[in-house]
Amino acid sequence: MKSNDVILQTVTKIVTFIILTFAIYLFLAGHHEPGGGFIGGLVITSALTLLYLAFDIETVREGLPVDFKVVAAIGVFIAVATGMGSLLFDQPFLSQTFGYFNLPIFGKTELATAVLFDLGVALAVVGTGVTIILSISGDA
Amino acid sequence: MNNLVILPLLIPLLTGIFLVIFRQNILLQRWLSIVAIFSTGGVAAYLLQMVADDGIQTLAIGGWEAPFGIVLVIDMFSGLLILTTSIVSFSCILFAFNSIGLEREQFYFYPFMLFLITGVNGSFLTGDLFNLFVCFEVMLISSYVLISLGGTKVQLRESIKYVVINIMSSTMFLLGIAYLYAITGTLNMAHLSVRIAEVGQQGLLTTVAILFLVVFSLKAALFLYFWLPGSYAAPPTAIGAIFGALLTKVGIYALFRMFTLVFYHQPEITHLLLGVMAALTMLLGGIGAVSQWDIRKIIAYNVIIAVGFIVSGLAVFTSTAVAGGIYYLLHDMIVKALLFLLGGTIIGIVGTSKLKEMSGLIRNHPLLGWMFFITVLALAGIPPLSGFIGKVLVIKGTLEAEFYWLAVIGLLSSLMVLYSVMKIFVNGFWGETYLSKEQEKGTTSGLLFPCILLTLVSIGFGLGVEGITFYVDQAANGLMNPDIYIKAVLKSP
Amino acid sequence: METLMALLIGVLFTVGVFLLLSKNLLKIILGTSILAHGTHLLIITMGGLKKGMPPIIRGEHVSYTDPLPQALILTAIVINFAVTAFFLVLAYRSYQELGTDNIDKLRGIADE
Repeated sequence: MKSNDVILQTVTKIVTFIILTFAIYLFLAGHHEPGGGFIGGLVITSALTLLYLAFDIETVREGLPVDFKVVAAIGVFIAVATGMGSLLFDQPFLSQTFGYFNLPIFGKTELATAVLFDLGVALAVVGTGVTIILSISGDA
Repeated sequence: MNNLVILPLLIPLLTGIFLVIFRQNILLQRWLSIVAIFSTGGVAAYLLQMVADDGIQTLAIGGWEAPFGIVLVIDMFSGLLILTTSIVSFSCILFAFNSIGLEREQFYFYPFMLFLITGVNGSFLTGDLFNLFVCFEVMLISSYVLISLGGTKVQLRESIKYVVINIMSSTMFLLGIAYLYAITGTLNMAHLSVRIAEVGQQGLLTTVAILFLVVFSLKAALFLYFWLPGSYAAPPTAIGAIFGALLTKVGIYALFRMFTLVFYHQPEITHLLLGVMAALTMLLGGIGAVSQWDIRKIIAYNVIIAVGFIVSGLAVFTSTAVAGGIYYLLHDMIVKALLFLLGGTIIGIVGTSKLKEMSGLIRNHPLLGWMFFITVLALAGIPPLSGFIGKVLVIKGTLEAEFYWLAVIGLLSSLMVLYSVMKIFVNGFWGETYLSKEQEKGTTSGLLFPCILLTLVSIGFGLGVEGITFYVDQAANGLMNPDIYIKAVLKSP
Repeated sequence: METLMALLIGVLFTVGVFLLLSKNLLKIILGTSILAHGTHLLIITMGGLKKGMPPIIRGEHVSYTDPLPQALILTAIVINFAVTAFFLVLAYRSYQELGTDNIDKLRGIADE
């Protein structure tokens, strides 16, 4: 069946990038403000879902040849591995730390290990979210 | 602080994730999961010795001390259970190598098995109630996947019921947590125990306790077992074995923990209720087991009877009975897995689970037959085998506490167990041999080794009971004296 | 406010239980989901409803809300999300395989 969704497809091409930028903002804001890996991941998932809606699953799969189950697994792996990092320093599991560094462009910046954990969370959320949507949406 | 405590949770979790990424490589999947379970068992044994030497080990995750953060606690009781879990799951995964089929292996069988074990170990380790809920859910979601894996008609039909029942009980679990948090303002189990001891367990708290009793009874198949025979009989043998051996036991663990550590102030209500439910479970489960002519169903009903028996040890609430309950719990995890595996092997050979369509297997399968016989004796509690000591102590405890009705029903349930499994032995192994070697539907090659392993563990458990008495006594002592647990967790002097 | 919440939770539970008792599989899934939402509302109400700052300690003396119930709910919502998603896929698969979404027809007496 050939459907006419030119408007949706055109808008999607632009909006997807806005949503993804917003997702990155939310992800980085999460350290001190509302936001974080979970929300960031969900917003990325919503961008991908929009793509799946506007184009069909096959087209997106050609452009994005990623198995999202593996993305989820890698995400959880990163999250757990950052937790295990603290074992090396003989701290309790999942301990975190942060410090201030002078980076070339950004100036004085706070870098925290929690961000790595959040990255894992975000990937896990994207992976599971897309997997769930794909498996509900039909015989994918 | 002891970072080793997290390892029984981390090893299966990380391996499981790793195996999701390498989905196609079946050989890697098999051996890595075996190695993971083996090392989990090793860590558990090491931790167990540590607990025996230095007392309860704790780990405050992220450095947030109890009662504010999440703590993992390993005491003797949970240590013993984790070790037994490893032994049982080791054998079940070995059994799965030759029986589960390539299709299921490629569809994330091993990762979900490992996630299930993560959830089980996590439930044994966690020191706060909400984390117990989370670990339960990890375990349950894996079990939902495992029970429906392969997607045969029976499996799909039964897994729908299984999922609905478990979602209901999880909802009630959350309700209980909400009420408990409103009343006490904490969810750390040690802290709960302190707070409830301070304010006294009034009517409201006892009501919440009964809500938890309902929740854990649904999980443990204590009286509320109506969902169990169908859903445990549906999946393939290796999965059924690990369900029968582990899932209900996690519910029993939660019952033991909650009703010895937190809600122990009104035993005349809560523990009496536990006793009545245990008695009814044994009776009704026994009737179910005796009346069935399907191997899978008989075995599933046997799981139910054992739940009743173990909980009757808790219901009596003396140190003898609780120790007996722990012995029987450990024994039952091993023997139920063994029974499921042997039953599955028989079904594999004959091609049907109906007892009336099989006969005379002992001619071609003497080893299988004798192992089944030993298992039957162990289940019934014949002296040198593993079920004996637990049965004796529970019955002794019930008699000492003058719960005569419970003792009578406990002994009666042993008879029903003996009759129901002996029925499998007599019908399946005695009589004329219908099937020649060539006519059999399946082989036993590779399936007998895990069974032999578990049989040896069971015999060793029975003969070497002197060796583990020290550990079980310490576990029972820890359960009967909540102060030990509280001091270790809250670091109070 | 608490009374209002209690009423709302009661309504959600009623609807959830009603749907759960129906024979259509999809309605049952909706029922479990609504029950879960009722429970989440219950947790936040039981944690105490009050106005206040987010619980980030900055040294000023302001009243903070209790973060624990919120953390509990977030976790519970995620778990419920995963379970519901799995249940939907399971229901779809079994509809394909068994050809019915009526619980009465899933008793399985026929093949025993």
